[in-house]
Formats: sequence, structure tokens, C-alpha cells
Amino acid sequence: MAKYKSHLLVCGGTGCMASQSDTIVGTLKSELAKNGLENEVQVIMTGCFGFCEKGPIVKVLPDNTFYTEVKPADAAEIIAEHIVKGRKVNRLLYTDPTNEEHVSDSKHMGFYQKQIRIALRNCGVVDPENIDEYIGREGYQALGMVFEMGAKAAIEELKKSGLRGRGGGGFPTGLKWEFASKNQADQKYVICNADEGDPGAFMDRSILEGDPHTVIEAMTINGFCIGATKGLVYIRAEYPLAIKRLLTALKQAREFGLLGKDILGSGFDFDIEIRYGAGAFVCGEETALIQSMEGDRGEPTVKPPFPAESGYLGKPSNVNNVETYANVPVIFLKGHKWFSSIGTEKSKGTKVFALAGNVNNVGLIEVPMGITLREIIYEIGGGIKGGKKFKAVQTGGPSGGCLTEKHLDTKIDYDNLLASGSMMGSGGMIVLDEDSCMVSVAKFYLEFTVEESCGKCSPCRIGNKRLHELLDRITQGNGTMEDLDRLRNLSEVIKDTSLCGLGQTSPNPVLSTIENFYDEYVEHVKDHKCRAGQCKSLMQHVIDQEACVGCTACVRVCPVNAISGERKQPHFIDSSICINCGACVEKCKFSAINVI
Amino acid sequence: MTKVKSLADLKKMKDQLQSKVSLREKGDNPDSLVQIKVAMATCGIASGAKTVMEFFIDELEKRSIDAVVTQTGCMGYCYAEPTIEVKLPNQEPVVFGYVNNQKADEIIEKYIKNGELVDGIIPVNYNTIDNK
Repeated sequence: MAKYKSHLLVCGGTGCMASQSDTIVGTLKSELAKNGLENEVQVIMTGCFGFCEKGPIVKVLPDNTFYTEVKPADAAEIIAEHIVKGRKVNRLLYTDPTNEEHVSDSKHMGFYQKQIRIALRNCGVVDPENIDEYIGREGYQALGMVFEMGAKAAIEELKKSGLRGRGGGGFPTGLKWEFASKNQADQKYVICNADEGDPGAFMDRSILEGDPHTVIEAMTINGFCIGATKGLVYIRAEYPLAIKRLLTALKQAREFGLLGKDILGSGFDFDIEIRYGAGAFVCGEETALIQSMEGDRGEPTVKPPFPAESGYLGKPSNVNNVETYANVPVIFLKGHKWFSSIGTEKSKGTKVFALAGNVNNVGLIEVPMGITLREIIYEIGGGIKGGKKFKAVQTGGPSGGCLTEKHLDTKIDYDNLLASGSMMGSGGMIVLDEDSCMVSVAKFYLEFTVEESCGKCSPCRIGNKRLHELLDRITQGNGTMEDLDRLRNLSEVIKDTSLCGLGQTSPNPVLSTIENFYDEYVEHVKDHKCRAGQCKSLMQHVIDQEACVGCTACVRVCPVNAISGERKQPHFIDSSICINCGACVEKCKFSAINVI
Repeated sequence: MTKVKSLADLKKMKDQLQSKVSLREKGDNPDSLVQIKVAMATCGIASGAKTVMEFFIDELEKRSIDAVVTQTGCMGYCYAEPTIEVKLPNQEPVVFGYVNNQKADEIIEKYIKNGELVDGIIPVNYNTIDNK
């Protein structure tokens, strides 16, 4: 057997794959072979490292060197310099944005310093397509322990840990399992919700891509606890890599006897099937998800009955999302006391956030509950891009709201986010800078909900459409002050009367932006102004008659021929033709074109 | 493929497979482990640094000492190759010269296990940016 003295870990998440990380693996391997080192250095493709902003990532062990933005052409240099000669390739190291210094290992990067990785513990560490590596990291031992302690004690352990659903609702997971275990039936089901639909959220995908066995193990534990012998993973068909790795993992688990009959000699049988979702946002709602799995139209049903009583095919079912499951094995391995020592009073453990928007370090982060927004944005995120001013953070996707400067020091957990008018959601976190128009942000999310509403109940189907129209009118500069009241009233009605979570939360982006940025709405209505310069209809381009030299550069670039004037004489823009595309502003060498 | 039949089986498997991934866990907290750097520039390799490095990796594992063995570039003591730097947790690093397998064995037994210094220490004659 080859004895490896060094490992090269290459990120195989979707983001890095798109930047050719698979080619990098191939080149690294062939370069190693050229130097006769293929039996000394092992190249492994892992799951997501989370630092997607600077992908593809290559990590060298044991010295923990962290290379960023590696291109296939750099592979030869890494082998020749680092592996053969032992010199780090400085130009590929991460550069700290605050002091411009190279940081060679991930331990000293601000991005990783505040993070605690529980759900993502194996992502970027193990080879997701090799069950040996998962077993080598105590994989499937939690399952063995649960068989020994028995279902009742296991559920009790989970209840004491304080784990809450990571998909958005935040319902206590142990309690959910207990309900499902108490309902008697000839067949029960374990369902994994991998229908991750929030725009910008990708933690579930990363877990399935980077550590599929943890989900399989947790579902089996769940099956044993509630007395179900069948598991189903409902995953979006748009996640091909996650599906492929999950299928490989399922096959390996069956070969090892970790799925199938009489698992670990316990007498317990369990197996998992995959169901593909067609990518409807509403199918992330558990009752709609079950409808879709049964082959019906993905529409939610009235609760109660809850899935724990009557779920898939009318049988008691337990539905948890991927991230929730990923926490379960660790709780048994380390004990509920360890888990509940992390986090705040009512929210225990960690949460994975997909940090995106106008921050320097975009990526996937896992932080303890109770961390502040300030720590996330300025320490992990490395501050706002381009040194601009922070304006707001949108959390919870289309169901959440905006948090502003006054919330920067709020401790983040389920309850505090709700109290601030937003929500945890599945963990999307979009940072907005001063150039973002909050009315447009609200409109963007509404557009999404209008598109994704299943149409079953009228408040959501019609109400959201009307909300969107009102917002559209305001961004066009045709809104009235009465429209602002209408927005509020309609939002409340939609919240109170919609059938499922989608409709009940869809007005949140509107309500929270009105609450926190009322001035900006008023400006749009009264002054016909968009301070961020995002609403095109509220802008006007004018040429400064004194600064214009008549070079005609703008005339040539204007796509709609709105600019006229004599050569070497000041020009004019006809605002009735101008589409405010801004092409002339970029072209003008004399800064003579102003936006008002 | 043999099936895993019990938790005991699984634990046995884990112990066997652990060494495959242990390098990665160690990489995460190098400060609490014994760190050995072997100078592997041309001069070092020509004097046999590669054999010494392999000796360290094998022997430390056999003697169950948690350590990270890495290669590094030329330390500048080309007259004394192969050279290695040993850093015990919470201690200043010590550089040894003229290390062959026999010397390596002595270093493991005396210095790494008991903290006794052995002959062949090279006084560090420069500051690095880190400790300046």
C-alpha cells in the first residue's frame, strides 16, 4: 500500500468544479507521477471548503497551506515548488484584505477563525466518494451507539441537546421525532428535505456533496428512533453533483451492510430511496413536498394533520432538512451537554449561513448561534466590498426581512431574528451596501414569490401579485402615499390568511423594508428619487453645458440616438428618448454627463 | 466487500482507517503536536533527508507519538545536512544536524520522548520574520 506523507485536498463543490477544479486534480496527479511522487502524495477531491469567493481551493497537508484561486496551469508550480522543493507558492496564498499580507494557513484566516464546524465538519476534509474516510472519522458510530441506548433514550438525548430544525421553522427536532415515534402504524417514513430553494442558499447542497454519509447515518438513526424502515430523500434535480455523490454513498453503505437488513447486528432494517423534485420553491414546505413525492401537484395541505400523524401515503413521517440531519450524529458522539454548551439559551449549536452580496469573503460559513452580524460581516466576511458603507443584511431569503445598522450587534438566533422582523430561514445572508435600493430589493423578492406561489390559496396567489404591482409602481415613480398604506395593509392580510409558510412569510421583505427604510419609500413617492440610483425610471441624464467639449463620443455610444449636438459644441440628451443605460457616462472623458 | 456486523467491528475498522485521515485532523491543530521539519532542498535530499523523513514518519507512528512531519526548504546549514527542526509543544524549536536514521532514533527516544537534548544541535544563528 502506498504510504502518503502529504495530502493535497482539492475542493470539489459545485462552485469550484465550475472553475475547473476537476482539471486541477487531474493535472496535480499527472505532475506528481512525472516526479515519481504518486505514492507519497495523495490527491483527494473533497466537499466545499466554504470559501467560495476565492475558489478553487487547494489545501496542502500536513503543513495546512491554503492556496486560493488556483488554476489548472498552477498545478505544475505547486508540485514543483511546494511538494518537491518545500517552498510555498506565495502568489497563490490568501491575501488579508486589511493589511495586504499573505496568510499561509487557514487557522490564521479571519474567514475561519470565528467558525465552529459541526454540520460541515467533514466538508473539505474527507473524500465524499469514499466511505472509508467517513468511517475513519468515527462515521456510523453514532448509529451503533443509538442501537445500544435504545430509541427512547436516543430521542431523550436529542431533546436535551436543544437541536432545532435548520430548514427555517426552528421546531425542536427531538420533539418532532417523539411525535412520529408515538403514532402507531404498520409503516412509517423518514424523509430528508433536500429541496433547497431559497435564492442564494446552498448549505444543504454542500453537505450532500461533501459529506453524504452523515445524512444517511442520521436518517437511519431517525428510522430506528421512530420505527420506520424506509427513508426518502427529496432532492432537487438541479443538484446533479449532490445526487451523484449521494447515490455513490448509498451504494457503499449498502455494500458495507450499513443500510439494508439487520444493520450492525441490531435486527433493524432500513434503506433509503431518492425522489427528485422539479425545482418548485413551495415543495420545500413539508406538506407540499409530501404531495410532490406522492406524484401529485406540489401544493401544501392544511396542518393539522401534521406529517408526524399522516404524512407520506398517509403514514406517520418525520421530515427534517439536510443540515438538521447533519448535526444529529455529532450530538450522539459528543453528547447533548457538549452540543448545548454552544449557542444561546433557546438556540443551541451552530448555523450554516450562505454569505453573499457585497462582502469581500463570499462563501459558506458555520458559526455558533449568538454570534453578532458585525462579527459575521466584518471579521468573517472581511468587510464591505470596495470600502463602501454597510446598509442592510437580508436574511431568510424571500421569507425573511432586512436587518440594519441598529441590528449589527444583535446576537443571532431564531428568536432574536424573529423579534427584529426577519427570520433564520434556511440561512441565506445577503449583505447590501449603500448602492442598493431597498424598494427594489423588496420588489426582487416579491417577484420570486409571485413566480413560485403554487396558486392554491388566493391571498398568496392574488395578494402577492398586487403587492408586486404596487412596488413596481413606486419604483416607476408613479406611487402615492396611499400606496404605502396599501402595501402595509395588504401585507398583513396575506400574512394572516395564507395557507402555508410561503404565503405567510412572503410579505416579510416588504414589511421590514418599510419599517426600516420608510424614508426611502417616501423619497421614491414624493421626490421621485432613488438615492441608490437603481430605479432607472427615476433617473435623468443631463449634459453639463460648460464641461462638454463636443467630442461626440457619447453620440456614437448611445444605443437609442438620444444625444444630439454640433461637433465642438455642447450636446443635449433628449430625456423622452433616453433609456438611462449609462453608456454615455462611461464613455465621457470630461465627466460632463450627470445623473440627477 | 465484507459487511460490518457490529459496533465493535465498526470501531475496529475505524482504528484501521483512521491513519488515512489522521494527517488531516493533525493539520488542523499543529500547535499541540510535535512538529518535525526536514530540510529537503537539493543538498538535504542528496545527503539522505528523504530516508530520514520516511524513518520519522514510520517510527513515530510505530511508537504512537502524535507528530506532524513536514518537509521544508533549505535551512542554510548545508554543511550539516540532513538537518531537521524539532518543535515540541509550547517550546522553542531546536535544530539538529547530520541526522541519519541512527541519530533520528536517538532524537525520538531522548529528545521527543523525554526532552533531553542530544548532541548535534545547531545554534540558530538568525532571526526569522516571525520571531523578530
